[in-house]
Amino acid sequence: MTILLHQLRFEQRTFWRSREAAVFIFVFPLLLYALLGSVYGGEIGGEPAVDVLLAGLFGYGAANTALAGLAIILVGRRESGVLKRVRATPLPPATYLTAVLLSTLVIFALQSVALLALGGLAFDASMPENPVGFAGVVVLGAACFAGLGLGAASLIRSAEGVSAVVNVIVLPMAFLSGSFGPTGEYPAFLQAVGDVLPLTYFLDVTYGVYLDGDSLLADPAALAVVLAWGVAGLAVALRRFSWMPRER
Amino acid sequence: MADAILVRDLRKSYDGLEALRGVSFEVAEGEVFGLLGPNGAGKTTTVEILEGYRERDGGDASVLGHDPGSAPRELRERIGVVLQHSELNPLLTVREAHRLFAGYYARPRDVDEVIALVGLEEKRDARIKTLSGGQKRRLDLGIALVGDPDLLFLDEPTTGFDPSARRSAWELVRSLRSLGTTILLTTHYLDEAHQLADRVAVIAEGRIVALGTPAELIGESTTTAIRYLRDGEPVLVETSEPTSVLHELTRDALAAGEELAGLEVRRPTLEDVYLELVGGEEEQP
Ligand SMILES: Nc1ncnc2c1ncn2[C@@H]1O[C@H](COP(=O)(O)OP(=O)(O)OP(=O)(O)O)[C@@H](O)[C@H]1O
Ligand SMILES: [Mg+2]
Repeated sequence: MTILLHQLRFEQRTFWRSREAAVFIFVFPLLLYALLGSVYGGEIGGEPAVDVLLAGLFGYGAANTALAGLAIILVGRRESGVLKRVRATPLPPATYLTAVLLSTLVIFALQSVALLALGGLAFDASMPENPVGFAGVVVLGAACFAGLGLGAASLIRSAEGVSAVVNVIVLPMAFLSGSFGPTGEYPAFLQAVGDVLPLTYFLDVTYGVYLDGDSLLADPAALAVVLAWGVAGLAVALRRFSWMPRER
Repeated sequence: MADAILVRDLRKSYDGLEALRGVSFEVAEGEVFGLLGPNGAGKTTTVEILEGYRERDGGDASVLGHDPGSAPRELRERIGVVLQHSELNPLLTVREAHRLFAGYYARPRDVDEVIALVGLEEKRDARIKTLSGGQKRRLDLGIALVGDPDLLFLDEPTTGFDPSARRSAWELVRSLRSLGTTILLTTHYLDEAHQLADRVAVIAEGRIVALGTPAELIGESTTTAIRYLRDGEPVLVETSEPTSVLHELTRDALAAGEELAGLEVRRPTLEDVYLELVGGEEEQP
């Protein structure tokens, strides 16, 4: 337990020290919300646009932090030999990974708070109807996308390519799932793609809890899709995750 | 004395390439054992199998009584490693990196003491990314020592060290040895192996081609090189009977009233023996 907190403390310290990561992972979703919130007025589907966008950017933040951010960190550490070096110490691998995942959760939780603060102060957006449930959604998002992040890190081979690859996954996903605005006007096949993506269902759960004050479990089908994606990512990681650089 | 490391008929192939073709040796507790050999000989492969990083295809290996293939936590508590290539988070300072790793061990050494041992006091609060190549290597050594290991694996630990840093590293290895630490070391510096190792093994193409104390290895080679200048031209005589050759040379020179300019009598160094063993070119002085 102490060793877990020890590692978590160092994870946090190095994350905030790395300016590029902190800006891209933490600030970028906030920035997008500030932009989109200023552009869209009125309502989306009967709800205030600033609320729907806040939920959308919250979902994008989950994917950006836990999928893209985690994969970038892990592939970089694997290819440079940081992971390999840790493996020769008595630190249990599971403890190390748990600390990395908890650190991701901390970052995303802080980002969620910042997003709500920004929405409340700048756009008069609503605060969560069900705060406890909302905290649950934060954990759900971090868990689902971290599972996918671990899977992606296991499949991506090079440290040079990782940023590009994860953005090619995350940005279109966010677009098709409605993070940046309603998808009702999209061509049918794009909507069909959106209908299988985890972020679409994660946003459904988020809307329910954040805007309607539903419980986290109110939409079991959506919850199941979100969890299934997370578990699928984890399953890939369990088979393919490597601590050693991919030599040659 | 018990063996800290025992290796029997170790074999390893990489997609058809036989990197190790039956390597056997043992390292006694408290011994400094040097592994020498040309690039690609199989040194890192051997060391990383013993560290638990790579799986062996055949043979037996035991490290401090454990099978390195399963590398249990008790074993990892007791070993320290300097890898040929590895990195630490470049955003941490020297001291933070030591503290991070110290936190992984049940009984770590004092962090500042270790930093002083590897000569990084002045860089204590510098970010790792600002260190020079040789300073990073010293940091690797410090991190390897921070868990107070009984057994140290050093894969080319002094590559990139300036001459004085190398001397201090040698001093450090000697003091660790005097405290009872067992050390398995690979190096391309033959003088380093000679200075530090109680015994060395020379490995070439995945096989051990010689094993013994440096003195034994040199002693096996019976040739002595005698050099001098005749009419300004260098002459080299290699002989297994240096006494009589020298006697003749000096007698003739005395009789002719000449000076044997540039006279030099040299026993082979470990480097000469090594080059003979691995079939390298004889270097010209
Ligand atoms: N991961 C790997 N995949 C494929 N081949 C490998 C791998 N690691 C090593 N080899 C090959 O195995 C042989 C032995 O390599 P090894 O790294 O053990 O040599 P070494 O003695 O440490 O050399 P050096 O002095 O250059 O460090 C080489 O031919 C190398 O190309
Ligand atoms: Mg090597």
